[in-house]
Amino acid sequence: MRQADAASLKSGFPSLFRDRLARVWNDTFLYTLLSVMIGLLVGSVILTVTGFNPIEAYGALFNGVFGTGKTRMYAVQYATPIIFTGLSVTFAFKTGLFNIGAEGQYIMGGLIAFTVSVTLHMPSGLHGAVAVLAGGLAGAVWGAVAGLLKAYKGIHEVIVTIMLNWVAFYFSNFVVMMPAFKKPNSTASVDVGESARIYTDAFKENFGAVKIHWGMLLAVFAVICCSVILNKTTLGFRLRAVGFNRNAAEYGGVNVGRSIAVSMGISGLLAGLGGAVQTLGVVGRLTQLGAQEGYGFDGISVSMIGGISPIGALFAGLFYGGMKYGGSKLNTIGAPSELVNVIIGVIIYSIAIMGAFRAVVRFIRAKREGMPL
Amino acid sequence: MMFSSSDIGLLISSTLTYATPLIIAGMGSIMSETSGVVNIGIEGQMMIGAFSCAAAATVFGSPWAGLFAAGIAGCIFGLLHALACITFKADQTISGIAINLLAPGAAIYFCKALFDGSTQTKPVELTGKLPLVLNNVFPENSFFDYTFKNYISVYACLVLALCIWFLLFRTRIGLRIRAVGEHPRATATLGIGVFRLRYFCVVLSGILASLGGAVIPLSTVSYFFPSIISGQGFIAIAAVIFGKYKPGNTVLACMLFGFCKSLSLSLGNPKFELSVSVHLLSMIPYVITLLVLLFIGKSHAPAASGKIYDPAGH
Repeated sequence: MRQADAASLKSGFPSLFRDRLARVWNDTFLYTLLSVMIGLLVGSVILTVTGFNPIEAYGALFNGVFGTGKTRMYAVQYATPIIFTGLSVTFAFKTGLFNIGAEGQYIMGGLIAFTVSVTLHMPSGLHGAVAVLAGGLAGAVWGAVAGLLKAYKGIHEVIVTIMLNWVAFYFSNFVVMMPAFKKPNSTASVDVGESARIYTDAFKENFGAVKIHWGMLLAVFAVICCSVILNKTTLGFRLRAVGFNRNAAEYGGVNVGRSIAVSMGISGLLAGLGGAVQTLGVVGRLTQLGAQEGYGFDGISVSMIGGISPIGALFAGLFYGGMKYGGSKLNTIGAPSELVNVIIGVIIYSIAIMGAFRAVVRFIRAKREGMPL
Repeated sequence: MMFSSSDIGLLISSTLTYATPLIIAGMGSIMSETSGVVNIGIEGQMMIGAFSCAAAATVFGSPWAGLFAAGIAGCIFGLLHALACITFKADQTISGIAINLLAPGAAIYFCKALFDGSTQTKPVELTGKLPLVLNNVFPENSFFDYTFKNYISVYACLVLALCIWFLLFRTRIGLRIRAVGEHPRATATLGIGVFRLRYFCVVLSGILASLGGAVIPLSTVSYFFPSIISGQGFIAIAAVIFGKYKPGNTVLACMLFGFCKSLSLSLGNPKFELSVSVHLLSMIPYVITLLVLLFIGKSHAPAASGKIYDPAGH
């Protein structure tokens, strides 16, 4: 390993890049792929035990996603909000925080975006942008509250965000049921303002009922922004430094409290944007919820599968969205769609214990090359 | 509007009833945290407990069969978490998240597979429910009758909390568990098996969390459905942090949650002619917890909690 590093340094940039690519390929990607295989394998065992044909089931799942252009786009529509929450959790993880509250930030984002779309009157186009931004800011505030409590009162962000999830949940239900927003004789709100809609009908011929919306592009943009902020800016460096070693960062002159609040704020912003684009672009209204929808928790899974990197979150989000959408097609052969949750659970469990495999592989490799560990 | 004495009795009793699953699961969280392993899989373990209990109780018509099944299921998922965190040295949070996906997924999958594609089990027969204690002891509809006539689980969970306190703070094994949670390396030098103790605690944690979920279909509701737990596992964990990892304080924190929940339900009763939204009332427990945390401030977890212990010393 050390020799390889030295060699690549000597031979300059291109091989350094190739070497780095190879290492990423070797490590994270390969182990994630292995985890996915294990997940599918356990899934097929469960299918067999409960009397279904795994090949038939996975066929239904695969065809359900890749069958036509329409189904592929549906998978993207499913993936978009999860990419946002996945990015949100990833950003917090990168800065040493565990944002289990993406759920609440997502809800607040959707709620405020909806309220802005209904109460304000603006030209279309601008209205949608303002509503999405307002939703993002609402999520940012919801996240920053947890960050501030962590930074200045030392209360663990996990417990605060769990509480804030439920406060947001009930607050949203309360607003939906307010006479000003409730659609009579239903448990849902009125539709979002016409001028604030962010989806386009331009592709109706190709994709039918799939909602193609600007949030999909925004998600890709957010991924790039996060990657740049975390890896290429001093802000990102500061935030990561606090996550890595709080005391060292403070010694280095970083305002630790503010960094934690900013981190949680940005993380909340991302989740809030997810809620906003999903509400304005896909759902088109708010509904009274009986249980949390789980977008925030899906985000945690996406972050894990994506190897806690923004780019990884994009692909993991697409994978997860595809599995979620394809999972609903398992019903066509009579298999419960919850199989997908079990498979994802096994994948994440495998990723968790991959560290052990990785250590074994490293040990064997080092032994073979006759190098000290 | 006035509260009658029977209303107050009912409030106390429903506070205890709602706190029961939280207390049992909270004790599980304490066991695992004290030994130095974070278990956020409690939520999923409660879910699998509720399902396996409801399924077994409907099939066999006995609450004890249900609890036994829940114990087995909790043991399996506790073992899974222990295997990842202790033997494979996985990140404890990630393993917990995996459990939280795996266990509810498995619960609903097997529910659909066993009960003709329904996400609910069949209702547990009356004989399959937990017995009521202090039934017919006090005059009917009196304050005492309302207050003290409870499912046996209500009293059992208080005894459990006492046992956990005794185990952790009054026995030699408890001292060892706490030492392992504070400084595993130092404990290991004294010849104490860190892995063995942690396995014991994490598996017990899974069993208790599962039993916490199991008492729900045997008492308040009669069947399993997908939103039966909906965050109670996380509330139990919050109560433990809130209770500063001590069994007694945790019981009180769980009672606060139970009280707020039963208050919001009874104030939502049309009898009281309150024009407050039930959604705002449901928010109370979470807001109160935030406020209390704001004023109580920091809660110190066991020092080694969440850290991977590697005897090879990397």
